[in-house]
Amino acid sequence: MRSATTVQPGVRLKNRTSLGQSVRHSLTMAYRGLLKIRRTPEQLFDVTLQPIIFTLMFTYIFGGAISGDVISYLPVIIPGILVQTVITTSIVTGVQLREDMDKGVFDRFKSLPIARIAPLAGALLADTIRYTIATVLTFGMGYIMGYRPDGGLGHVAIAAVLVIFCSWAISWIFAFFGVIARTASSVQGISMIVLFPLTFLSNAFVPTKTMPNWLQWFADINPISHLVTAVRDLANAGTVGWDLGISLIGAGVIVAIFAPITVRAYMRRT
Amino acid sequence: MNAMNMKEKGTGGEWGVEASGLVKAFGSNKAVDGVSLNVRAGSIYGVLGPNGAGKTTTIRMLATLLRPDAGSARIFGHDVERESQIVRQLIGVTGQYASVDESLSATENLVIFSRLLGLGRAESRRKAAELLEEFGLTEAAKRPLKNFSGGMRRRLDLAASLIAQPPLIFLDEPTTGLDPRTRAQMWETIRRLVKTGSTVLLTTQYLDEADQLADRIAVIDRGIVVAEGTVDELKASVGTSSLHLRVQDHTDIGDARRIVERVLQATSSVTSEAGKITAPMADADRVTDLLVALREAGIRLAEISVQKPTLDEVFLTITGHDAQGVAAPVARSTDRKEEVML
Repeated sequence: MRSATTVQPGVRLKNRTSLGQSVRHSLTMAYRGLLKIRRTPEQLFDVTLQPIIFTLMFTYIFGGAISGDVISYLPVIIPGILVQTVITTSIVTGVQLREDMDKGVFDRFKSLPIARIAPLAGALLADTIRYTIATVLTFGMGYIMGYRPDGGLGHVAIAAVLVIFCSWAISWIFAFFGVIARTASSVQGISMIVLFPLTFLSNAFVPTKTMPNWLQWFADINPISHLVTAVRDLANAGTVGWDLGISLIGAGVIVAIFAPITVRAYMRRT
Repeated sequence: MNAMNMKEKGTGGEWGVEASGLVKAFGSNKAVDGVSLNVRAGSIYGVLGPNGAGKTTTIRMLATLLRPDAGSARIFGHDVERESQIVRQLIGVTGQYASVDESLSATENLVIFSRLLGLGRAESRRKAAELLEEFGLTEAAKRPLKNFSGGMRRRLDLAASLIAQPPLIFLDEPTTGLDPRTRAQMWETIRRLVKTGSTVLLTTQYLDEADQLADRIAVIDRGIVVAEGTVDELKASVGTSSLHLRVQDHTDIGDARRIVERVLQATSSVTSEAGKITAPMADADRVTDLLVALREAGIRLAEISVQKPTLDEVFLTITGHDAQGVAAPVARSTDRKEEVML
């Protein structure tokens, strides 16, 4: 074996990291992310306040106009606002990754014999805690305002996991911006420009029926709409449809594309 | 001096680092322009140079943090580009800016690095406690690093590099910005490392640091190695230390100079206002004779000091310009002006 050698007796050195090691390294990096959140809980402000404020605001502003009254708007808006809030939260992942990478500790991560993907995967994994908080708070706010999903708690839980998983997948896009961007604020800028139209030009807040044809076409193919629909199906009816499949496939495709190019960009940046 | 190094170069096994013709450019700026180094396993090797000479860039290439544009480097015989993951198992890197996690505590930092290096949960805790004890950080173990002093941070950084007991340790300016006491502690730690068999490659801006620690030194300037050799060889190329003395009574200057020149067997010079006599001093032992002779002649001294060659002088001698990169005659003219030959 060309790539193996012995320096200290009995220790064999290998030039590649196994899958098991990669997973272990990523989990350790996720543990680091959790410790960081525990040390600086103020970074959870956005995921605690945004769901509360946005849910209140949008429900009472649009409720009467769109569905006649607030209570009948809740099954429409809660899944919509959930997807919008949690996905917006994933921008922070990219921003924080950028800030983190500028610190000296990333030099050490790079010089350690660990899987190259671990510092990125770990950071992204730790951030699922943020999505979980946002998800729970949004459903909680909905419940307080009178939302009683017909799908039952089990299906709501599945919907929550779906949203968290998709946000994790999408956070790879922002991680990519985080790795290639020069500053943390530019990550925020690029990400908002991508995400803002994507979340609003969808069925998240209003039925697409009243939109002009061209917009309706876009809103219907918008992956965000599919995710919102999948969540509505699960939470409000307890059913699983095509939209769930499309959401999962979409999430998978995003990870398959962005995880490798992010890791490559991360390594080239050294 | 490069030739001497080439002559000593033997077979692969005894070399911790073999770098040849490393080049790295950032845009149009060639930070490193063909650096070759050979570091014998088990020795301390110093890379000496001013800010911006290419020291850090060189270390980053050797530590797999930066890909060289040209040239190659091997760590214990393993290529840094093709076998980077093996190289990473053989090295510990302590950067110029502490590469530890600011938002975590010292223990948490060391535990995470230990876990990443494959140690178990309990083993990681034990290793962290052990290293904190060794580096005198036990009391601060649970505090977040934000409250750490520069010296504590460096010590933790070094501790983190030693978790896996790597055979080669890179130290990038390990004492820059530390107070003299902490610096001495750091030196002690570095010496101890080599006793346990590690190879150390350190960069520094201070000649005395290289002097104190390194077996061999490479002087690097504007991305190239301008001199290489043992500390003594390097110093010999720069010149000897100089003796500075001031007499209490200015009328004694003439006599004092004659005695200095007779005892040290060298020509002296005198600065006009301060009346300070300066002479090169090859052998420190002669100072005793000199002091006795001055006492016998009844000359009372106000001040006496010995100054070693500074990095500035090393640079002036080797490169013809000073460490800040300013053309030599201009930069030096201010202190040369004071010296007036009688």
